[in-house]
Amino acid sequence: MKNNFLSFVKKESLHILRDNRTMLIVMLIPVVLMILFGFAISTEVNNIRIAAVAPDRTDGVRDAVARIAQNDYFSFYGYIGNDRIDQKLRSGEVNAVVVFAPDYDRRMAQVAAGVPSPPVIQLILDASNVNTAGAATAYLQNILLGSASQQALFETRMLFNPQMKSAFNFVPGIMGLIFILVCAMMTSVSIVREKEAGTMEVLLVSPVRPVKIILAKMIPYFVISCIVLVMILFLAYYLLEVPMSGGVAGIFSLSLLYLLLSLALGLFVSTIARTQVAALLISAMVLMLPILMLSGLLFPIENLPKFFQIISNIVPARWYIDAIRKMMIQGAPLLEVWVNGTVLFGMTVVLLGVSFKKFNDKLE
Amino acid sequence: MRAFIVLLKKEFLQIRRNSFLPRLIILFPIVIMLVMPLVMTMDVRNVNVAVVDLDRSTTSRRILSHIGASEYFTLVYTTEDFHRAMDRLEKGTADVIVQIPENFERRMETDFPEPVQITANAVNATKGSMGMQYLVQSIARTLSELRDEKHPVVTSELITVQNRFNPTLNYRHYMIPALMIMLFLLICGFIPALSIVGEKECGTIEQINVTPVGRMTFTLAKLIPYWMIGLFVLTVAMLVARLVYGLVPAGSIATIYLGSMLFVLTISGFSLTVANFSDTMQQTMFVMFFFVMIFMLMSGLLTPIDSMPEWAQNLTLVLPPRYFVEILRAVYLKGTTLAELGVSFVALGIFAVLFNTLAAVTYKKQA
Amino acid sequence: MNDVVISVHDLTKRFGTFTAVNRICFDVFRGEIFGFLGANGAGKTTAMRMLCGLSYPSSGHGTVAGFDVRTEGEQIKRHIGYMSQRFSLYNDLTVWENMNLFAGIYGLSKRETEARSLRLLDRLDFSAEKGTLVGSLPLGWKQKLSFAIATIHRPEVVFLDEPTGGVDPVTRRQFWEMIYEAADHGTTIFVTTHYMDEAEYCSRVSIMVDGEIRALDTPTRLKEQFAAQSMDEVFRLLARGAKRGE
Repeated sequence: MKNNFLSFVKKESLHILRDNRTMLIVMLIPVVLMILFGFAISTEVNNIRIAAVAPDRTDGVRDAVARIAQNDYFSFYGYIGNDRIDQKLRSGEVNAVVVFAPDYDRRMAQVAAGVPSPPVIQLILDASNVNTAGAATAYLQNILLGSASQQALFETRMLFNPQMKSAFNFVPGIMGLIFILVCAMMTSVSIVREKEAGTMEVLLVSPVRPVKIILAKMIPYFVISCIVLVMILFLAYYLLEVPMSGGVAGIFSLSLLYLLLSLALGLFVSTIARTQVAALLISAMVLMLPILMLSGLLFPIENLPKFFQIISNIVPARWYIDAIRKMMIQGAPLLEVWVNGTVLFGMTVVLLGVSFKKFNDKLE
Repeated sequence: MRAFIVLLKKEFLQIRRNSFLPRLIILFPIVIMLVMPLVMTMDVRNVNVAVVDLDRSTTSRRILSHIGASEYFTLVYTTEDFHRAMDRLEKGTADVIVQIPENFERRMETDFPEPVQITANAVNATKGSMGMQYLVQSIARTLSELRDEKHPVVTSELITVQNRFNPTLNYRHYMIPALMIMLFLLICGFIPALSIVGEKECGTIEQINVTPVGRMTFTLAKLIPYWMIGLFVLTVAMLVARLVYGLVPAGSIATIYLGSMLFVLTISGFSLTVANFSDTMQQTMFVMFFFVMIFMLMSGLLTPIDSMPEWAQNLTLVLPPRYFVEILRAVYLKGTTLAELGVSFVALGIFAVLFNTLAAVTYKKQA
Repeated sequence: MNDVVISVHDLTKRFGTFTAVNRICFDVFRGEIFGFLGANGAGKTTAMRMLCGLSYPSSGHGTVAGFDVRTEGEQIKRHIGYMSQRFSLYNDLTVWENMNLFAGIYGLSKRETEARSLRLLDRLDFSAEKGTLVGSLPLGWKQKLSFAIATIHRPEVVFLDEPTGGVDPVTRRQFWEMIYEAADHGTTIFVTTHYMDEAEYCSRVSIMVDGEIRALDTPTRLKEQFAAQSMDEVFRLLARGAKRGE
């Protein structure tokens, strides 16, 4: 009986290994994601293109422009005519325009002397990109008016991520996403394909117990996921320098639990779907979409409307990502995220129970 | 021509008879357009602030009440013990700690003021840094207000700010064009590929291959329904944007449709090319997922291209969605004209021709 | 009977180092029912796919309806019908819609399509099933429908790849009646089969073993040549030496 089981596992593994392209992509996705999130994309606003409008290029104006040009956040586009403002913003050549008043120097001198003055600078921003506009306003106000004494009033510290790498925030999210993709999506599709092709019946009439057939299907995907997991942890530590201060053992064991849960989800989908397309679409709509939107991967959960915050509690990835974030970056030990672990464990048990029951019911 | 018409009719019949697709085509854009804008806010709001007030002066109370009143911050905790506040930060119930030192008010007037300490949880780098920025600004404003009250001098607003194209800084308006592009990627990207591979898996494509139908004819008949679906989806999405979010395109609707047509053409051509190289649905799905993922992350849909390092910016030049993101956002929000976006339109056009030729060439009737 | 429709010389197909079809030669004449026999893996389907313009030959040459299989695959496709061993009509279209689709693909006018489809329905006794989804028909019916659709444009040659696999004896009988009828109208039939009783119905039979044609003649003369009682015996005598299994 044991040999039977092993031969099933072998059959499944061969199936998967023979499809080189899928294997390649499965391995490639996490690597590419880590590189993109680690080195390519950043939610920070940089390289804001600024143009200046100044009727007289006096010393004061030149000085202000020089301060803008030197700032890391900005690149100075050049001086433009008053009539070109709209066009330059519309075409996207510049993100913001700083308009200096004609008698800028005189008025600034007045202000310094304590005489009130009407506005001397107008900032015109391309607010179609809200984030860029907000950041540009804040930075420009600081540069143009900010005095040194004000800065001395504050002492700021960035905890856990002093270099402000956005990758830190994304690595746990990527993990939450990838395992659903590999375990849940691939398992459900491969089970449903056998149903479609009718080969499932052939397997079911063999003397091997149905539970074992399903387990045999899940094992290769579990192994692949483990390889991917090790790869991600390796890349995160050496390439992105994520601290992992909560202990690799804890991160690893919680991830294994999440892998099991993903497999259970895949099995569950396969008991509902009758065709491969349906399995794919259900996986995409019911599993992937909520992860992207409701798990805190891209959008912070506390920003969601209340209703969605409540819904997000049934998304497994939310619990997993939250726990991994705490363990990887904030250095919380496994014990501190026991609530997340318990919730994930409970979900796994319930899903496995329901799926096996549904699977057996169908046989009778 | 007759062959083309019957093939086209067949595609429409198959789509209509599918139990899932028609519902997907109608419901998906509506749900995405209704739900996503609520969810997709990278706006930094709801920053939870804990204050350690060691000064307990008028100044510190003023700072506290201003933080509490701000729309960006929620004052969650006030204490005199830094470790307690730190505890909150670690548990995640507070995002930022503001510590006002002892004798802050008194020493503020001197040359050596004791600084206010701000500690942010920077696990989420954006939220950390933006929250910090806003907080510094807010406290600075409170302090200068207090100074003015004591020594009434000139401070008038020296800088005025004009937010063009989106005066209320509504983040949703910024994301709506992005959502439309995501819809195109999902509906016109995945479904045509799955439909071709489906025909491969059930053998019907071989039956077509022994007929004299040309590959251009077959490919076109496969694509046209999805082009039409794409434009239908766009129309639905635009209606939702208009009715629910009050967002009316600032530019010409014709330009929007022209750009969309080019984009749908490009993406569906790409999708068929992937299908021609795949044998199973699982394979198709993974390959498409891989590319769509890169498209979404790298084309400026969610994060600005300008913030990327140079190598990544160069990479985006070969991603067709990059050009369409530029076009759709500019036309929809800023009213940019076709002429001003000439380069992007030409680039998109080249990709459209390229991918569709590739789709027709890689479709092999005879192996 | 000298009107050659299919002519094949030294036709060969290699996949890497494996030679699936090895230098086969034969002619098929107009109106013939040509039986193309062989064990599983003997190379029948590969040879047939080359003749239909689905696969390029590695060497040798062949013509179908006067067109070269290597260079004029698309012209060949105008003159042939094909029924593959997998059922490959659209399951999610009705009987009527499938007929219309394939008639239209071959460029039949709307009126012509309608007339022929109605006649086919009538002859198959399918008129009641006109609006039924093909996917819900029983297998035997599907196969008859496939054949009808493969001949809807009145091709010169019809290629049938194991058309009666899994079909009950009564339906098989009816199926062969349809084949005879088509042949009587001058259509050439090129058919592969595993059923040796069906081989007896053919005008001429070729038997393929390990990618080569080992025998080719009328069933009667083949039986004489091998001193056998039935085609079944002939086949077994030849196939015994086969090196390739399943």
